[in-house]
Amino acid sequence: MFKDITIGQYYPANSPIHDLDPRTKIVYTFVYIIVLFFANNIAGYAIALLFLALLIYLSNIPLKFVFKSVKAIIIIILITVILNVFVTPGYILFKIGPLKVTDAGLINAAFMAVRLIMLIIGTSIMTLTTSPISLTDGMEYCMRRIPGMRAYAHELAMMMTIALRFIPTLMEEADKIMKAQKARGADFETGGIFKKAKSVVPILVPLFIGSFKRADELAMAMEARCYRGGEGRTRLNELTYQKGDTVAYIVTAVMTAMIIASRFLLLLNIPMK
Amino acid sequence: MQKAIQVKNLCYKYQKDEEELTAIYDMSFDVYEGEFLAIIGHNGSGKSTLAKLLNGIIKPSSGDVLVYEMNTKDEDKIWDIRQKAGIVFQNPDNQIVATIVEEDVAFGPENLGVEQKEIRKRVDEALETVKMSQYKDRKPHQLSGGQKQRIAIAGILAMQPKCIIFDEATAMLDPSGRDEVLSCIRHLNKENKTTILYITHYMEEIVDADRIIVLNKGEIAMQGTPKEIFSQVEPLQQLQLDVPNITKLAYMLKKEGINIPDGVLTVDEMVGCICR
Ligand SMILES: Nc1ncnc2c1ncn2[C@@H]1O[C@H](COP(=O)(O)OP(=O)(O)OP(=O)(O)O)[C@@H](O)[C@H]1O
Ligand SMILES: [Mg+2]
Repeated sequence: MFKDITIGQYYPANSPIHDLDPRTKIVYTFVYIIVLFFANNIAGYAIALLFLALLIYLSNIPLKFVFKSVKAIIIIILITVILNVFVTPGYILFKIGPLKVTDAGLINAAFMAVRLIMLIIGTSIMTLTTSPISLTDGMEYCMRRIPGMRAYAHELAMMMTIALRFIPTLMEEADKIMKAQKARGADFETGGIFKKAKSVVPILVPLFIGSFKRADELAMAMEARCYRGGEGRTRLNELTYQKGDTVAYIVTAVMTAMIIASRFLLLLNIPMK
Repeated sequence: MQKAIQVKNLCYKYQKDEEELTAIYDMSFDVYEGEFLAIIGHNGSGKSTLAKLLNGIIKPSSGDVLVYEMNTKDEDKIWDIRQKAGIVFQNPDNQIVATIVEEDVAFGPENLGVEQKEIRKRVDEALETVKMSQYKDRKPHQLSGGQKQRIAIAGILAMQPKCIIFDEATAMLDPSGRDEVLSCIRHLNKENKTTILYITHYMEEIVDADRIIVLNKGEIAMQGTPKEIFSQVEPLQQLQLDVPNITKLAYMLKKEGINIPDGVLTVDEMVGCICR
């Protein structure tokens, strides 16, 4: 039952976005998040939305999967919207008891909701199109560039890799333990949430003890294979930029420039609000 | 013959709380280049401890281990030693590090700082040697036990060691997995002239070894060729060790008064003796 679980939300497909270097995608996502906060009028949002739509279209991922991530944070969006509607001062449209609804509040709330949704979709395109392994690689390369983080980049990536490597193994083991407990009459299906939670304990304890033994043996095997940290280590598969990455970086720059420029449309006396 | 590993008056004590447990007691032997040396002994006789001592994962309490003239106590040489003498452990799951087969095979050479092109070459060669080339893009957890263990061997081969130590590498495998791994190891010994130090509980696996060392309570109890060792059925039984089934059969037939020589190791030999 656990054998074929997928980790993260990677959606394997063939697309130019899937083929991009993970570093490119990380940088793009990072820039996109920052630039979204620069957008302060409809023009800015329209530009951001346009680029997002282009990204979704190119990524070949069904919209259903893209919007799944929005569902997960719908509560946060609602809370943000409600807070914004009621607490922003401005021209009072109507009152519900002590709460005042203002025009500025409505506009703010709408912008806020759109920004959050675009933010979450923008980032999930990255995780949908990049396998956890190459995401880890990309993170390691990017972190190396940050001063002071260099020393941790390799360790963090190694930790992630080992975690990814052992999740299926531990899942299999949990499955085995569960079957063994069931054979001895353990009941995992019935009962309330507390009873169910309690029945998990006999699975977790052996799993936990077992993983310490695994960690010990793995450490020994790694040492026997001359592992001594990231210093002086080479790689079989170094990340290399392709032509598509150059294009992606240019697109990122264009998007950034356009959104920043959109802030000044007001100064040119083009009414946007 | 050149000596690959020299063990001189080796002692090892485990420190457990206040107690000391002597796992290896004043042991001396040599491993010659290119030989297939088997080590047997009952549970707790110190086989795994010895394996870990041989490539410097643990250091002798007293005495010395020399791998190609390099002492495992010498911290500057430790990476050279581990590159020259690789270890394959019992549980295949707990020695595979990466999430993709070929990246795991590359782990050793990556640690040694080998150049990228050379790593590629070594990985392809190592996978070819263990006949796992078509699985190079697989995830380790999608492989069978025998396949995983062959990947672990490829991972060691990619470091281009002179000597490989196998610590019960077939213990967790089913019979077909065991055959796969064993024939791969024999191939390494015969074709690549790799020195093999093979620790096992399965006597059938080592009837064609060059030499067998029998351990008992941290000491060498017997050593000799398979024929010499397995002809001593009763002393082995006293050490809680078995002999290959066919040897046992010959031994029992002989006790019944049938004229059969000691230390029959294979079915062919048995047939030869009976049909004389
Ligand atoms: N980490 C440890 N701490 C304390 N004592 C240990 C430790 N590891 C092993 N020993 C003890 O050292 C002795 C030798 O153990 P070792 O694992 O080398 O035996 P072995 O021959 O490999 O046994 P097996 O056939 O079960 O693998 C045993 O008595 C064991 O209890
Ligand atoms: Mg052992």
